Amino acid sequence: MQALLDIQNISKSFKTQDGQGLKVIDNVNFTMQEGEIVALLGKSGSGKSTLLRIIAGLIAPSDGQVMYRNQKVNAPVPGISMVFQSFALMPWLTVLENVELGLEAQGIPRKIRREQALKAIDMIGMDGFENAYPKELSGGMRQRVGFARALVIKPDVLLMDEPFSALDVLTAENLRNDLMEIWQETEQDSMKGILFVTHNIEEAVLVADRILVFGSNPGFIRGELKVELPTERNTQDPAFQKLIDEVYRLMTSSEDQRRRSKKTETKAIGLDYRLPDVRVAELIGLLEQVDELQELGPVDLPDLAEEVRLDIDNLFPVLEACSILGLAKVDQGDITMTAKARALLEADITKKKELIAKQLIKHIPLAKYIVDTLHDRSAERASEERFHKVLEEYFTEDEAERVLTTMIDWGRYAELFAYDYDTGLLSLEDVA
Amino acid sequence: MNKRSFYALPSADLLPNRWDVLAILLVVGLIMLFAWAGSHMTLPFHLGQQPKITLDPSALPLYALQTVVRMFIALALSFVFTFVVATAAAKSARAGKIIIPLIDILQSVPILGYLSITVTGFIALFPGSMLGPACAAIFAVFVSQVWNMTLSFYQSLTTIPGELHEATQVYQLSPWQRFWRLEVPFAMPGLLWNAMMSMSGGWFFIVAAEAISVANQNIMLPGIGSYIALAIDHKDLVAITYAIIAMLVVILLYDQVFFRPLIAWSSKFRLTDMPDDSAESWLLTLLQRTRILQHVGDAIGQVADSIVNTPLLRRRKAPPPTQHLMADAPPSLLSNVLWYCLLIVCLGISIRLIWHFIYRQLPISDTWHVILLGAYTGIRVFVLIVLCSVIWVPVGIWVGMRPKVAQKIQPLAQFIASFPANLFFPLAVFVMVMWHLNFEIWCAPLMILGTQWYILFNVIAGASGIPKEIKLAAQNMQLHGWLKWKRFLLPSIFPYYVTGAITAAGGAWNASIVAEIINWGHHTLIAQGLGSYITLNTTQGHFAKIALGVVVMCLWVIVINLLVWRPLYKHAQNRYGV
Repeated sequence: MQALLDIQNISKSFKTQDGQGLKVIDNVNFTMQEGEIVALLGKSGSGKSTLLRIIAGLIAPSDGQVMYRNQKVNAPVPGISMVFQSFALMPWLTVLENVELGLEAQGIPRKIRREQALKAIDMIGMDGFENAYPKELSGGMRQRVGFARALVIKPDVLLMDEPFSALDVLTAENLRNDLMEIWQETEQDSMKGILFVTHNIEEAVLVADRILVFGSNPGFIRGELKVELPTERNTQDPAFQKLIDEVYRLMTSSEDQRRRSKKTETKAIGLDYRLPDVRVAELIGLLEQVDELQELGPVDLPDLAEEVRLDIDNLFPVLEACSILGLAKVDQGDITMTAKARALLEADITKKKELIAKQLIKHIPLAKYIVDTLHDRSAERASEERFHKVLEEYFTEDEAERVLTTMIDWGRYAELFAYDYDTGLLSLEDVA
Repeated sequence: MNKRSFYALPSADLLPNRWDVLAILLVVGLIMLFAWAGSHMTLPFHLGQQPKITLDPSALPLYALQTVVRMFIALALSFVFTFVVATAAAKSARAGKIIIPLIDILQSVPILGYLSITVTGFIALFPGSMLGPACAAIFAVFVSQVWNMTLSFYQSLTTIPGELHEATQVYQLSPWQRFWRLEVPFAMPGLLWNAMMSMSGGWFFIVAAEAISVANQNIMLPGIGSYIALAIDHKDLVAITYAIIAMLVVILLYDQVFFRPLIAWSSKFRLTDMPDDSAESWLLTLLQRTRILQHVGDAIGQVADSIVNTPLLRRRKAPPPTQHLMADAPPSLLSNVLWYCLLIVCLGISIRLIWHFIYRQLPISDTWHVILLGAYTGIRVFVLIVLCSVIWVPVGIWVGMRPKVAQKIQPLAQFIASFPANLFFPLAVFVMVMWHLNFEIWCAPLMILGTQWYILFNVIAGASGIPKEIKLAAQNMQLHGWLKWKRFLLPSIFPYYVTGAITAAGGAWNASIVAEIINWGHHTLIAQGLGSYITLNTTQGHFAKIALGVVVMCLWVIVINLLVWRPLYKHAQNRYGV
């Protein structure tokens, strides 16, 4: 067997205002063999989609290199095709014309490419829709066209960026099964490997031969898991459930260890901490759920996820917020509430706000920094641009905007400070 | 930003940055350069034998046809310019930095100002032939549409969804293939809408440009514009009526046979699946269902296919580094140095020319006088915008809240807006002369005559876009009287109103050049203002003064944009944008 893809020491930084660079991927290494399906699993913002684009040759890495069959990738390669989360079909081209696009680029004559495209459309189960425009199709059908477009050029490697996440559960399952069938049929002759990005744990365990669990800030491979299950997989199978538990364990435990070993001073977070994108109501809602489940001790995260019906993209930010505010301990795939959280749940609205305010000042440096700055001002006011500037030293412009918006939302809830949309001023006035 | 707005406001920042300042200087320098060249032409120039224009109505169809041909030549040129310049601006960050502010400034220059200043240059290019004035007229229409189109195309190019762009890269499309398969189709709805709307405005300028007096010489190009000019000379009301009827027919045909089918066709390029009822055309449906034409369509498709996929412009075996990869590598030092040297040289020439004009050619008191004249025109524009708003905002809301009425009125308003208002000027003058009205005041309604409709149909669009649930909520809370206007109706149409008012004001400034000075036989009515100043000096061939007038008008428009319209626009987007 030959290494299909070899990812060597990939790091990626995006430029920030002061030119320091925001690191989104940190030293990632792995290889992919022929005949493998590999899943990159992680929550949103962990840099997994960026990594996939680096592998596709769409983005240049800041460091390291991608080798495809011992050739360095520094631009899109003909042997690698890609399926996109939003399908990325040209709305003005018919199904047939969309599928022909890659063949057109190769300069294949009109007649031959039409034949090949029709065959691919047939294979993916879309015959009868050749002349339809994408806007006439449902999401699932559109993604089928996306697959046909990717498969018609007979790729060596298929990359998929969250290919099923824009679809509803039933459609996703249907399409996933069809793809697996095609994979088994074509594995021998053309397609030699699939690498896909997902935030759906069940999907990763259902499809992949190997799962790479991605950690964030910056993105790194937290752990690796071999899926040694038969091709026909059943979600109710105990072995399957065990693997899911294992993934949760990987996602919650190894981060702290790694952090500790890597940089010893990271006991406290600083202004460069990326506040998770979470509303206070979500936080309290989750704690209430944990409280209900907690009677028998620590709550298993898969159970909690099942209970609150959140995928990891939505669940993990809330977990992170709980643990950073000292309201819960998350470790080894379990969550345990602290005494503070219990007090919070029992308090009335006014008291809740006070408690949250206290936790914010204690645990979130940005909150303390804003309040201190406002106190120092004689008018007790400051513009949001001022804080935006400070954050831009650590983050890209968009990220700084997001972090500040989240902080303002929390601060307003806790009545730490007031904010006026029209003037963009933060102030201590109006704060009871 | 609303794709269907007529007037593009690309930079959201309130304060001009250094590129804007540079752009202003370059544009002013360019105007001075033209004026300088114009003043060195041999005067009077020789046009040879001018074709005789007759008032015989049977000549009108041919005149109309000639006018239409000029319009379409200008449109074709605008497309070429748009594709080349906007693509350059979008692909090269360095070029974009100067091109976009430049175009922003260029669109503030009055259209007929371009005409005044370039017409002698065009005549000198083709001595002894009518080709020169014809080029000047086409140029006037060209500049009335090209800036809008370029900005629209540029905006589309910079907002192409990332994944679509990535798909073209993964599937190895060459830049040429990407241009025709992704970039042009993506930009098509916005670009066509802008082109068609600008072309509507273009009728006004072609009518004005076909008959122009430069340096004491009357030039008449065969066309509707010169027919009407001749009718004015002869005080022939009947001929004017014929011209108006001919124009109505031309615009009706343009609207039904060209504009509507194209807009309906372009809706297939929209990204959203929302159906757009305004985009329907009986002609397009008819064409699409005709069997023979389907074959024609297939044949065209084959030809287009072979152009898009021409082997010459296909991706080579070793693909060049892609956009993303290139973005990380800074341009080489040498090209940087050359680029900045070029900019500095252009800037130097501009400043030199400006210096030459302001301090050598004209006394400084002239400049102050012209600025004051600009204030007169500005006051007329301002008062008229306020008056029109008072009239058309309630009407627009009334219409817009009734979908059935709006469906009928909206195309009508667009149709009226494209009718060149200057055809009606002689009738207005006839009335003013008869009743001895004060032209200083009564020229103002003429300035806004053609552009007030932009306020109306933008307000209609805004009012018909109010979400149904908000309407129900307002009813449920029994809002009425002033409170209903203050809290519900006015805020919900405000962003649309601002867009309409900006367009109307821009059009009024342009119209001042023909509205502040009007002939009726031997009567000439003149109102004090920047528009009449430019026209008078064009007639007499004072190039320094034309340049001064055009520059001052351009600066007035820029300053008012900066102080009034941009803040209003931004506020509207922030506060009332949905």
